[in-house]
Amino acid sequence: MDLLKWSKRPAVGVDAKKPQVNIVRGLIARATTPLLPDDYLHLVNPLWSARELRGRVIDVVRETEDTATVTIRTGWGFPDSYKPGQYVGIGLQVAGRWHWRSYSLTSIGDEVDKTIAITVKANPDGFLSAHLVEGVSPGTIIRLAAPKGDFHLPEPLPDGLLFITAGSGITPVMSMLRALRARDQQPDIVHVHSAPTRDDVIFLEEMEKMDGDLLSYDLQLQLTREKGKFNIDQLDSEVPDWRDRSCWACGPVAMLDTVEERYAEEGLREQLHIERFAIARTDVGGEGGTVTFTKSDKSVEIDGATTILEAGEDLGIQMPFGCRMGICQTCVVPLAAGYVRDLRSGDEHREGERIQTCISSVSGECTIDL
Amino acid sequence: MAITDIDQYAHLTDADVEALGAELDAIRRDIEESRGEADARYIRRAITVQRSLAAGGRVVLMFSNRKSAWVAGTAMLSLAKIIENMELGHNVMHGQWDWMNDPEIHSSSWEWDTTCPSVQWKHSHNFVHHKYTNVVGMDDDVGYGILRVTRDQPWEWWNVGNPIYNFTLGTFFEYGVALHHLETEKLRKKEKSYRQALKDLRIIGRKVGKQAAKDYLIFPALAGPNWKSTITANFTSNIVRNYWAYMVIFCGHFPDGAEKFTVEEYENEDQPRWYLRQMLGSANFRAGPLMRFMSGNLSHQIEHHLFPDLPSSRYEEIGVRVRELCDKYDLPYTTGSIVHQYFQSFRTITKLALPNALLKATTDDAPETASELRFAVREGVQDHFGVDPATGRRRGLRTALRELKKAPVRAAA
Ligand code: FES
Repeated sequence: MDLLKWSKRPAVGVDAKKPQVNIVRGLIARATTPLLPDDYLHLVNPLWSARELRGRVIDVVRETEDTATVTIRTGWGFPDSYKPGQYVGIGLQVAGRWHWRSYSLTSIGDEVDKTIAITVKANPDGFLSAHLVEGVSPGTIIRLAAPKGDFHLPEPLPDGLLFITAGSGITPVMSMLRALRARDQQPDIVHVHSAPTRDDVIFLEEMEKMDGDLLSYDLQLQLTREKGKFNIDQLDSEVPDWRDRSCWACGPVAMLDTVEERYAEEGLREQLHIERFAIARTDVGGEGGTVTFTKSDKSVEIDGATTILEAGEDLGIQMPFGCRMGICQTCVVPLAAGYVRDLRSGDEHREGERIQTCISSVSGECTIDL
Repeated sequence: MAITDIDQYAHLTDADVEALGAELDAIRRDIEESRGEADARYIRRAITVQRSLAAGGRVVLMFSNRKSAWVAGTAMLSLAKIIENMELGHNVMHGQWDWMNDPEIHSSSWEWDTTCPSVQWKHSHNFVHHKYTNVVGMDDDVGYGILRVTRDQPWEWWNVGNPIYNFTLGTFFEYGVALHHLETEKLRKKEKSYRQALKDLRIIGRKVGKQAAKDYLIFPALAGPNWKSTITANFTSNIVRNYWAYMVIFCGHFPDGAEKFTVEEYENEDQPRWYLRQMLGSANFRAGPLMRFMSGNLSHQIEHHLFPDLPSSRYEEIGVRVRELCDKYDLPYTTGSIVHQYFQSFRTITKLALPNALLKATTDDAPETASELRFAVREGVQDHFGVDPATGRRRGLRTALRELKKAPVRAAA
């Protein structure tokens, strides 16, 4: 037993679908130490590495004027199964830097062809999304983070479902719809989706087809240019039984806020599931904010001149540090969520990047796993 | 005594030092802003070259019973180890490539191909050495706890072995670097407990074990009947790498003109003076593109000490600008051929095996150890510095040093 552990030890922290793979990996790593065999293999084929999950863009298909579906062949170690509605981290190198962002998966997981799909909307301020929609050529190697997120359907399924989506908020729900369609038993679904015009509706054809084919799926399109913004009070007239349904909502912050408020008022908050990725994607601007240290379960409000290192120390957290002047890299930690600003260069860093806490301050809010 | 008043030593006014600091800050900003695709490509290629050499060398050494294979394989492996330690390990762990945001080429995750565990190295090198550069008593790289490299270190009887320790350190440099973290100096002074040292030693032991197992057990075993020649090849490549790393590092820190500083100087220091200490404390050696690459660009030790976290591949370009600043402020830019720089380091180490009483120069005015007092002991020299109102030319440290060399020794009245 101990021998088994010993064999795998160099590969701890590497995702492998079959544990045997990591035994082989660990044994070979005795010869390639301090590297893993993967580090040599990915020179031959970039997908042959599970140390960092990788993928290769297969194609990019336009859905609407400003959205595209990117299909990606995944490399070693990427999980075959994920839950429809979860999101995946994507890293793309632009001008020498890797940029990370999370996108909802719109594929439903297929053991055979090992591809995943994301559907991306090019926000004018979203640097990476614009790149993905406009500029990624097939063959590009990207990095991936394993799928995660709580925004998915439970098992067993509730009898009645309500989806409230708007704009690109459709993406996680689309993956749920596709997964549901692939099953035999169909719950009763009402789907309220908002978009400015028909041309802006991502997956329009697919949804309308489902609406026609399936009795159990009722699509209510809210074209906001004509009908105005979705109003929570509409529910009473258009989905009279909404209180009996479990609801999944995804879209702009303002919409989600009103939905959440209403559910809370009615004492139905339990029934509501919300995906708020929009918050993490708007530039919060300004300086200072809240720093949260997850492992210590503490958080504090600081101004833009206080460093994260100081903030953590003030809370009594054991923060790694050395020079405290930005040269030694002792204080580097991954940024689990949110934004920080590098006080020397003024650069903003975001989720997924590694930051030097001694010269960084928060920009809006951030979370550190310490 | 080493430098206590850096402004006076450098012949700079307060305003000069501020201005110099601002110019160096501007260099940092320019480089930071211009980092991009080309730099990323550079480091990725360096990694590919290094890994191909390593893999190639190991394969060739499977046939190391043949002399030509032994030579070729050993050469490839030595190169791979050198590149890994110098251009990759050292620089990546300095955070020079952290801006790429690549989790695999990042200071927080890189483990290098040498016996020193990277966590410890980031402390003893990045922090202790780079923050306290050449402050006698604070920077353990001043002599590594076993060598006497400045007259400010009081002579003790065991220092007579200085030249021998020097060669031993060169040969087993990777172990020297690994044991560095034990901080023998602090142990001797009882500033560190043996329990902590033991803990460090265990971590070192684990890494040493892995490195040694790879070179002296696993690859020889894989080579089957050629196990013996594989061991000699691996041993040789480790030694080659050790000597080279040692050479590069000694040439950057111990030639004449790489100054040492007192704790007092350090205590009154701000950012511009920190820069100044780095400039005066380091030395370069001349190198073409290949030598630069093989030394991890530490042929530009001055630039590295000024900007330890900027990409090594940009040091050449930074060097041009640093030289211009040296001209402008009339500061020395210590450089020379690698042979010349090493010779000076070696001379110092040999000389300092002897107690100061047997040596000619003083702790204020020796080729390798100086203080601002070296200018005071010579009558009249001090006065002509500052900017010449007639020509507008600055007469600063570099001119002073030159004149000192020419002027006959005259004690101040
Ligand atoms: S503590 Fe040294 S870089 Fe942050």
